Amino acid sequence: MPGRFAPPRFSLRFVPVWRRNFLVWRKLAGASVLGNIAEPLITLLAFGYGLGSLIDKVNGIPYIEYLASGAICMSIMMASSFEALYSAFSRMHVQKTWDALLNAPLDLDDVVLAEMLWAATKSLMSGLAILCVMFVLGIGLHPTTVLVVPLLFAIGMTFASIGLVINALARGYDFFTYYFTLVLTPMIFVSGVYYPTAQLPDWLRDAAPFLPLGAAVELVRPLILGAWPERPLDNIAVLAAYCAAGFYVATVLTRRRLLK
Amino acid sequence: MTDPILSVANLHKSYGEGDGRHSVIAGVSFALQRGECYGLLGPNGAGKTTTLRLCLGLTEPDDGEIVLVGRQVPPDARAARTRIGVVPQGDNLDPDFTVTENLLVFGRYFGMADADIRARIPRLLEFANLAAKADARIGELSGGMKRRLTLARALVNDPDLIFMDEPTTGLDPQARHMIWERLKSLLGAGKTILLTTHFMDEAERLCDRLAVIDHGRMIAEGAPRDLIARHIESEVVEVYGEGAVAWGEQAGRALSARVERSGETVFCYTNDARPLVARLQEAPAVRYLHRPANLEDLFLKLTGREMRD
Repeated sequence: MPGRFAPPRFSLRFVPVWRRNFLVWRKLAGASVLGNIAEPLITLLAFGYGLGSLIDKVNGIPYIEYLASGAICMSIMMASSFEALYSAFSRMHVQKTWDALLNAPLDLDDVVLAEMLWAATKSLMSGLAILCVMFVLGIGLHPTTVLVVPLLFAIGMTFASIGLVINALARGYDFFTYYFTLVLTPMIFVSGVYYPTAQLPDWLRDAAPFLPLGAAVELVRPLILGAWPERPLDNIAVLAAYCAAGFYVATVLTRRRLLK
Repeated sequence: MTDPILSVANLHKSYGEGDGRHSVIAGVSFALQRGECYGLLGPNGAGKTTTLRLCLGLTEPDDGEIVLVGRQVPPDARAARTRIGVVPQGDNLDPDFTVTENLLVFGRYFGMADADIRARIPRLLEFANLAAKADARIGELSGGMKRRLTLARALVNDPDLIFMDEPTTGLDPQARHMIWERLKSLLGAGKTILLTTHFMDEAERLCDRLAVIDHGRMIAEGAPRDLIARHIESEVVEVYGEGAVAWGEQAGRALSARVERSGETVFCYTNDARPLVARLQEAPAVRYLHRPANLEDLFLKLTGREMRD
């Protein structure tokens, strides 16, 4: 057992835990995939065409394309956070699945890593479903879109890591509502998903690229629109910093919670 | 004598900070020999579950040494757990899976190949008397079936030592007897069991040796019959009814080695109950039960009769 503040110990033992979650998902995949496609489709059609008919173009881009290329990051954030909060919490606290795992030859670090990668995997699956919807609507049909796939996974990892911090602190499901309404929802509105950050007050505009969703949108949007991001290394550094710090804090807090 | 399969020496564990700090385990030592069933008995909050968690390396002791299947715990706990099976106090089966899937997925956590696990599953189901439920979902199982599946799951890695934390709490008598019978067959097959319980009949039936723990300390250890003989009079007369308390205070005290009262019932402990029984037959407004002393009498003598929560 590592010390409470020791760095997370990575090992391949996370694989059977990831597979467990995958097996559960596969049983319920029909409803899950349908939701993954229906939700972004409705958002894109309602906002993209509805609002788009009023707005026409943003920065020279048709509004529906502008929206879709940002909304995919938002969907990854939501899917990954939901899995790392509600689903992981029910496995940890309600079903006590994690207790069973810890009686097997697995360390808590393996379990936290598995949950983080699983949440990223699940968010990637919704991201791929959204990409398919976008292709059907004629959006993102560029070679650069291929690069978006690993980035979506990395964005999922980042929000999963932050979500697991909240999970480790939660006393009940109600706690998560605060995180969604006070942290994630405001972040959507300052990260350039629905409108350019140039519309924001200066200080918010300058802060946006340092938010994980802001960095994600700056990276992904140009690639989907067939261009290169302006400062990809900066954006990746921001995501990596949130991911690494989030995962470390999540591991330490989960150790404090469960290994006492 | 071979090396013990589990040895615990001078274990200490406290929780809380500053003034709120309280000791949960205060110097517990014991050792399990291969093939025996060892019981940890104690009232709620005595430190039984904490002792198990410490032995599994799920929490770090403040002091003391634990060697489990030849490995130091906690540093080598993960490797040690490959040889251990655990039946936890509450069921934590996977509700999204069938009975078979629960066993398959759990076997993977031990690094076992799917083919090896699948080869073991029919035997495990047969052992747990769940062959007919192989494809049932967990929600369709009764409480007794869930416990048996949890036991089968703990055996998926063919462990040498099985930790059982109150394995029959919440079960009806039929289900308890079935679990006991399964545990005896495991012991017959050479497995070692570390059991916590607060059912005295369970401990008396299953355990070769047991330890009574209270307030984080071991207050007695030995074979159940030896402990009773060592600590307590051989016979008990329980006196109840309207006149029991008054009778106990006078005749009871005069004729017994020791008298205890719990509510309106008086317990008279003695090594020869004949004079007590003779007197009771003439006493008005009392009824009585004459029986040999058992583990529960020992337990209550050592840990007291006050409620624990």
